[in-house]
Amino acid sequence: MDRTAPFVRSAMIPQSPPPRGETGLVHWLRSNLFATPLDAVLTVISAVVLWQLLAGIGPWFLNAVWNASSLAQCREILAGESGACLAVIRDRWHQLLFGFYPSEFYWRPTLALILMLVALAPILFAGVPRRLLWFSAVYPALAYWLLWGGTIWFPALALAGFAAGWAAFRAAHAVAPILAVPAAVLGAVLWWVFAVGPISGALQGALPVGLTFVRSDAFGGFMLSTIIGVTGIALSLPIGILLALGRKSDMFLIKTISVGFIEFIRGVPLITLLFTASLLLNYFLPPGTNFDIVLRVVIMVTLFAAAYMAEVIRGGLAALPRGQYEAADSLGLDYWRAMRLIILPQALKISIPGIVNNFIGLFKDTTLVVFIGLLDPLGLTTAIRADSAWNGIFWELYIFVGACFFIFCFGMSRYSMHLEARLKTDHR
Amino acid sequence: MTQSASNAQMAVTDEVAIEIRGMNKWFGSFHVLRDIDMTVNRGERIVICGPSGSGKSTLIRCINRLEEHQSGRIVVDGTELTSDLKNIDKVRSEVGMVFQHFNLFPHLTILENCTLAPIWVRKTPKKEAEEIAMHFLSKVKIPEQALKYPGQLSGGQQQRVAIARSLCMKPRIMLFDEPTSALDPEMIKEVLDTMIELAREGMTMLVVTHEMGFAQAVANRVVFMDQGQIVEENEPRAFFNNPQSDRTKLFLSQILGH
Repeated sequence: MDRTAPFVRSAMIPQSPPPRGETGLVHWLRSNLFATPLDAVLTVISAVVLWQLLAGIGPWFLNAVWNASSLAQCREILAGESGACLAVIRDRWHQLLFGFYPSEFYWRPTLALILMLVALAPILFAGVPRRLLWFSAVYPALAYWLLWGGTIWFPALALAGFAAGWAAFRAAHAVAPILAVPAAVLGAVLWWVFAVGPISGALQGALPVGLTFVRSDAFGGFMLSTIIGVTGIALSLPIGILLALGRKSDMFLIKTISVGFIEFIRGVPLITLLFTASLLLNYFLPPGTNFDIVLRVVIMVTLFAAAYMAEVIRGGLAALPRGQYEAADSLGLDYWRAMRLIILPQALKISIPGIVNNFIGLFKDTTLVVFIGLLDPLGLTTAIRADSAWNGIFWELYIFVGACFFIFCFGMSRYSMHLEARLKTDHR
Repeated sequence: MTQSASNAQMAVTDEVAIEIRGMNKWFGSFHVLRDIDMTVNRGERIVICGPSGSGKSTLIRCINRLEEHQSGRIVVDGTELTSDLKNIDKVRSEVGMVFQHFNLFPHLTILENCTLAPIWVRKTPKKEAEEIAMHFLSKVKIPEQALKYPGQLSGGQQQRVAIARSLCMKPRIMLFDEPTSALDPEMIKEVLDTMIELAREGMTMLVVTHEMGFAQAVANRVVFMDQGQIVEENEPRAFFNNPQSDRTKLFLSQILGH
């Protein structure tokens, strides 16, 4: 070098810790609660309001009466003081949870719930052995059998319909690959319509295994909400994905059907669909068909949720850069593989907040079934008040129902945050 | 780039790899590619340059049907590109492509990015696919990053992974769509070095780039495009020292003139 630079650093400066007071509790208080005079005033006002709220509600909970057989007795014990009459929960919790399900069979929905958690574990959490997914696949039939009872052969054979579909798929694939999917659908449907009934009847005659049958109108409470909610959630996601892909499809017919379905279902209130399920459907079906009301409601709720889900997922698909589609194409992946391996994992990840939002909304919407005569938890509060012992009790029941819903929904919300953190790989 | 006279050592064969005859393409009513005729022999390294909007990217994107041409013929490795999906997937699995913005899959690790297509398209067993991937990751000099995610790598490293990902499919032809345009100046060289090494090994390459140094060092032919047509085509020394058309002269003076 023939020229001298005006400045040359001879040694690089190493990292050093931040000055004192930039970390720790005092720093947190100062930066979050008392940063400016206005902040300090707002903090003090909020603290006073919070204290007033707690001072009002606290005694009501602390004085709660747990042992009483009627609202009148509660008031007697409280003797004019403010206090909750939680005795109603103690007396009627089973109704809020199970509706009018026969009490000697409470173990069946309870077992179904526990098994549901087992079935969900491999789907929700990465650390659980993959082999448990087989149990998850069998679970819907098992849960149906536990909840409704009857012969075990019916749900078992219904499950076998998937095997029938698979067999038809393999057989048709060997002849002409393009016929494989229609053949699979046809095979499964034919099996369900014509084979399941007679064969399960015959098997039950030969080898009777079964539980006492419980009618759908005995179902109620959180059990009913959970059945409708979980089934709706589990089915609306895959249907929503297919609708979203259909809406983005190049094929005119598929696109038109998807758009038509989504726009129709979104344009109609859920309550209308539920009334259709409970009243109109019976007019259209052949006389004598007994199409279970819970099943009809589940189908309607699922379709409704699927239409919303499709739009949320379409948002995720649209958010992906075109380069991802092109990279997948340029590697020679066909449409379904590109979707399954590249596009959907990313699109669904982007859509997680919206998807969970829909799940939570769907779960709470299950309370709407009260309008078609099914006893959801809110409907049961009315039923409980119809008993003269508890006539006039509102807050305690609603708070209990609200708290139960909150636990479910908050759980879903936390899970979605966990999932987002787990899938975060972009390190932006 | 240090080498200059190495061009001649890289063998060009007589075997035709890509043949394009009378190809036209429109975006809506805009005529982006006009009467393109081009033959690429196996082992050729062709650099395509031209002003932006001249259709050079669209041209190489037609070769693996990321864009559909409306008339004319494109035959890649003996397979003609038509709307037949089987042919398209066949060509795509034989032709590797490297994009300006890398387009790595951000939800997969570097290793998974490289093994995905061999496993699902070529049906290579996972273990073997991983060995192949590690081989090519070593070749682009980043085997130690295999278990990281794309977001954790620098731009230059990501682009080298993208090259490795394409190579894992053992392609016979590689397309590069402005592979260094999105990179910081410090990282351009590491990507170009990887591409030069690839050229030395006899890979058939079509490179859309503005790196004229690369063109001089590696290319056996430079194609200049403007307004959707091929304006001039020559071996690099003649192209740079003695451009024929006025459009080419203007372009070269603009990119080399400072």
